[in-house]
Amino acid sequence: MGKAPGWRELPRGAVIPEPGSSVRYKTYTWRVLRPVIDQEKCIRCRICWTYCPEPAIIEVEEPYTTKTGRTYRVTYRIDYDYCKGCGICAEECPVKAITMVEEVV
Amino acid sequence: MGGKVIPISGNYAVAYAAKAVDVDVVAAYPITPQTAVVEKLAEFVANGELDAEFIHVESEHSALSAVVGASAAGARVFTATSAQGLLLMYEVMHIASTMRLPVVMSIATRAISAPINIWCDHSDFMASSDTGWIMLMALNAQEAHDLTVAAFRIAEDPEVELPVAVGYDGFWVSHTVEPVEVLEKDEALKYAPKRRRQYVLDPERPLTMGSLASPDWYFEFRVQLHDAVERSREVILRAFDEFGKSFGRVYKPVDGYFTDNADLVLISMGSASGTALTYVEEARKSGVRVGLVNIRQFRPFPEEELYKHLEGAGVVAVVDRALNPGSAFVGPLYSDVVLTLFKRGLDIPVLDFVVGLGGRAVTRRDFDEITKRSLAYLGKRMKDIKQHYAFIGVRE
Amino acid sequence: MCQGCGAAIVMRHLLKALGKDVIIAHATGCVEVTTTPYPETAWRVPWIHVAFENAAAVASGIEAAIKALKRKGAIDCSKKVKVVAIGGDGGTVDIGLQALSGMLERGHNVLYVLYDNEAYMNTGIQRSGATPMYAWTTTTPAGRVWRGEWRRKKDIVSIVRAHGVPYVASVNLAYITDFYAKVRKAAEIEGPTFIHAYSPCVPGWRYEPHLTVKIAKLAVQTGIWINYEIEKGVLRVTTPVPKRLPVEEYLKLQGRFGHLTKEEIEAIQRIVDEDVEYINKLVGATVIGPVERRG
Repeated sequence: MGKAPGWRELPRGAVIPEPGSSVRYKTYTWRVLRPVIDQEKCIRCRICWTYCPEPAIIEVEEPYTTKTGRTYRVTYRIDYDYCKGCGICAEECPVKAITMVEEVV
Repeated sequence: MGGKVIPISGNYAVAYAAKAVDVDVVAAYPITPQTAVVEKLAEFVANGELDAEFIHVESEHSALSAVVGASAAGARVFTATSAQGLLLMYEVMHIASTMRLPVVMSIATRAISAPINIWCDHSDFMASSDTGWIMLMALNAQEAHDLTVAAFRIAEDPEVELPVAVGYDGFWVSHTVEPVEVLEKDEALKYAPKRRRQYVLDPERPLTMGSLASPDWYFEFRVQLHDAVERSREVILRAFDEFGKSFGRVYKPVDGYFTDNADLVLISMGSASGTALTYVEEARKSGVRVGLVNIRQFRPFPEEELYKHLEGAGVVAVVDRALNPGSAFVGPLYSDVVLTLFKRGLDIPVLDFVVGLGGRAVTRRDFDEITKRSLAYLGKRMKDIKQHYAFIGVRE
Repeated sequence: MCQGCGAAIVMRHLLKALGKDVIIAHATGCVEVTTTPYPETAWRVPWIHVAFENAAAVASGIEAAIKALKRKGAIDCSKKVKVVAIGGDGGTVDIGLQALSGMLERGHNVLYVLYDNEAYMNTGIQRSGATPMYAWTTTTPAGRVWRGEWRRKKDIVSIVRAHGVPYVASVNLAYITDFYAKVRKAAEIEGPTFIHAYSPCVPGWRYEPHLTVKIAKLAVQTGIWINYEIEKGVLRVTTPVPKRLPVEEYLKLQGRFGHLTKEEIEAIQRIVDEDVEYINKLVGATVIGPVERRG
């Protein structure tokens, strides 16, 4: 990391010209518990994705077939770079496919 | 230079100026003695003479907030106020300057409450002196018009991008009718063309304005502001110069009258300078070696230009139309003047005369009193002055 | 933003519903401060923050500017731009009320979104005009003499509606499709529109972070929060609740109500009953039903 820019180089008036630059700041260090999705149990209802505040749940176009033979077009994954471990996903999951486990340091 | 000359008040002159530069958004709240500016602009919009959005804001704080938002969205904006209204906007004044938004505001200078007083003094103007705005003071209605037009040019200059306040004396200038040459729209726009700024709120180029700056960042932005205000000096000179070339009236940061071979130089701002000039002309005829400096550009303070008129003087008398109780200077203009001299090692007596608070008239008799008291210190040094200030025209 | 922040969920879906052709004027508060720490910004739309009490005034100015610039040909008339003002309950219901009232009365084409976490949360949980009865806050703590807040929540929707605006609605994140429908409608309608968004706060309401959505749902199921919309003066409850849960179910999950006695809970129940009766009367039907106690 270089030295921070001086006043001559900074954008005029404290404007931030790069939209969404906050993706640079990863908030995972706040986590005490981490959610783990059991892809076998998950019914792809999207409720966890809807209610994650960060959002740290991503919908990926990855087809998945469970051991019992059910096929899904999409899969939901936790973005562990940003997940703060609030536990809303685990609480709201209608089939309890998400478990909060202690974060390992 | 074929503008028509019409008899109008200072307030109307300001409104005509805002019309000439084709402002896009006006948001202002009425307050005596500025009211006529708002009314005249409303009339222009109602008649279709000015194509602008006129926001009937519900307070001055909202007036400045609205023009800040409008300016951020890329519009040319204007607002006007006085005293209590200015103080209500105060928080947003600082925000407008550090956010580098070219807002133009006219201030019909008025005394600050309490007691409530609607008449002229400079306390509201002075209260804004540390906000980072460029501040100009008009002498009469023509200047109020001209400086308002120039203000848009200065404010929107890409090297500056700072808000500009144009002050003019409440009632003395705001309400007095004088012949004013008003500019036409095409010539005013040629002098102060509109352009798209670098940072504007636009969905095609999203950006964030007004972020939270921690101790790791805030300081730099304030230094940026300071630097911009300093650099605006040249831009102001250029703008005045081009105004002179385009319209024939040349303005300078300060005017000096009879400052060569002067024992005493009076320093004044606003309409009192007109009275002072009449006094000085007469006094010179009777052999009193007195001169006058009128300050037009108050922020950034024109030290160099001022000093040129003072370096030969024996005594300097500052005429202050505001009061700063508890300060070492007492009258705010005094502090800028004393520092100008002290930094250059000129140790001559400088006195402060607080006059005209709350609209009390400043007369030639007052200037006579000031001159007599000041000349008594001719040949002395600063440390010989027991009390550097006096209130002129007040009943003891 | 805190883990489990309700406002985060609100903002996320608000922005999704609005799309990219917006300009946002935002008041000082939790969301503003946490989403724009220089040099980072979480916003991908044009966004401006000026001060605490003037989001509505700034939005008025932006709306006027766009109008003027379009008229003068500086902006293409067909360009879609919606001006949105966002503020918390502090910056809207209290210090921002004047600017809001001015903007609504003048008829600006602005959507105002109020995210209501029921106190001045950003400065550390002090009461606001939107703090409900008996809630603990740092300026209305519960002790021997005071029992938390003793005044009712300011009815901002009625205040807004009194300005004669074309659309006002309340939304709750636990009812997300209703949320989207209302935000989209409010954004489409010309003129001043207002969305009152329920926004649970983990540290301020004193609950475990994973309960945000559950508490939001209970708010509606107990009648504490009613999802309704007022379009051209006509009131419609969009989430009817045929059988209400007792308020206790809602209160017992939040530490800010942890000091309540049985009598105080009953007092809150009575307030809710009154509000529900009032709404039912306005609608002309029992859209929010009676309390059904289990067991």
